[in-house]
Amino acid sequence: MAYQTPLIQQHISLGAKIVEFGGWDMPLQYPDGIIKEHDANRQGCSIFDCSHMGEFIIDGSLGSTGLDRIVTQSLVDQAVGTCRYGFSLNEQGGTIDDLIVYRLADKRWMVVVNAANTDKDARHFRSQLNAGGCFQDISSATAKIDIQGPLSREVLMPLVQGITRLDHYTFAEFDVLGERVVVSRTGYTGELGYEVYYPWNKAGRFWDAVLSDARVKPTGLGVRDVLRIEVCYPLYGHELNENISPVQAGLKRFLDPSKEFIGCGAVRQEILTGTSQRLVCFISQSRRAPRQGHILFSADGCEAGHVVSGTFSPALGAGIGTGFLKKEFTDIGKDIIFGDTKFKERAELVPRPFYKEGTLKK
Amino acid sequence: MEIIEHYLYTKEHEWISIEDNVGTIGITDYAQSALGDITYAELPGVDKDVEQFEQLLSVESVKSASDIFSPISGKVIEVNDDLVDDPSILNRYCYDKGWIVKVEISDMDETSNLLTADEYRNYLSSLDRNDGGADSSEE
Repeated sequence: MAYQTPLIQQHISLGAKIVEFGGWDMPLQYPDGIIKEHDANRQGCSIFDCSHMGEFIIDGSLGSTGLDRIVTQSLVDQAVGTCRYGFSLNEQGGTIDDLIVYRLADKRWMVVVNAANTDKDARHFRSQLNAGGCFQDISSATAKIDIQGPLSREVLMPLVQGITRLDHYTFAEFDVLGERVVVSRTGYTGELGYEVYYPWNKAGRFWDAVLSDARVKPTGLGVRDVLRIEVCYPLYGHELNENISPVQAGLKRFLDPSKEFIGCGAVRQEILTGTSQRLVCFISQSRRAPRQGHILFSADGCEAGHVVSGTFSPALGAGIGTGFLKKEFTDIGKDIIFGDTKFKERAELVPRPFYKEGTLKK
Repeated sequence: MEIIEHYLYTKEHEWISIEDNVGTIGITDYAQSALGDITYAELPGVDKDVEQFEQLLSVESVKSASDIFSPISGKVIEVNDDLVDDPSILNRYCYDKGWIVKVEISDMDETSNLLTADEYRNYLSSLDRNDGGADSSEE
């Protein structure tokens, strides 16, 4: 039996197609379909239920908690009211999870993690934190609702007084419909957007209030994946897993080179010597989409890697994908081939991201 | 779900409309709805020989890929090229402008293996009762 978010009845009444994801019953798409949901996000405003994701609170001074050793991003110079993206790694440099750290106060942090990894992450944090760090898993009390798209700020202005002061990757606490909640200017679509951490049992009221604005469209996990691939954001289980380091996935800018963290020896070695395979982005020559598990071949047909993410891109009108490829084939502009036993399709290696018009920093 | 009375159907949600010995083939309203926004159709070549209930082509929606099977055996004599540039025709007009191929039928007796409109309608309501039957393979 899968877990359900506090908004499951909302999704059912909206006619969502429900699927299991990471142990949760989640809306894959609503009746208008993924392409209309895509356009709502890129041109208007979309709302996602992300209550399945995990949230931890860590209390204590940075030195006494040991938090700095567990995550890769720089924390000592992180100002209160800002968010930072990074990872927790195993000793081999493989990725336990990707996560965002919020500095709530001088001695208080919130860490937001992937739904499917929440229990694993909680065990890892509990076992690695020092005695000076107090750990709470608040996931089951915390709904997360993402409002994303170029109109998201305008939509939220009447509900969140003062939201205009939030810059990209900052947050603050606001009174929203009588609840004191964290709202951050973060997201997973490449557009201007906000994530609202609302009390679990009251989340329906907030969801309904946002959706009562006719400009807002409910959007599901299907389009969330399309949108994140268009802007080349990694998804755990695809671009990252316990055997893939952030260096292989092209994400070394989220590793603080000046501090010690679990796995730092392994990833520094990889940065020095280079990795034998690299994450690449490619555009299909046709509307045919690459899919996770397809094989990648060099232009002359040698097997050279595999696809980890793929979709049809409504923004580009073509199939797009990411995959790991032997480094000798990874020059931008080169042709590769993706396919399986049934078909082969030509594609071109391109720089990230696929979609460059996002309103993220507007 | 719309069903056309004089067409014949398969349990895999394809339809065929027969005139003389030529069958026009497409997917049903139920199929297009279950697939979601169709983004790609790999059409078979003209002259290709097809077997009843064997794969005829594959189509993709944003998040999945699915096989479409031929309701009848024969030789492909025409394909709907409009679907290459705009596969969403399959969603919008699945029973007319969204036809996929025309086949010269090799064995008319095979039509006895197909469902009439009434039989297909009953089959769909049995799927509803079982709460399933969508033939798309979601990731």
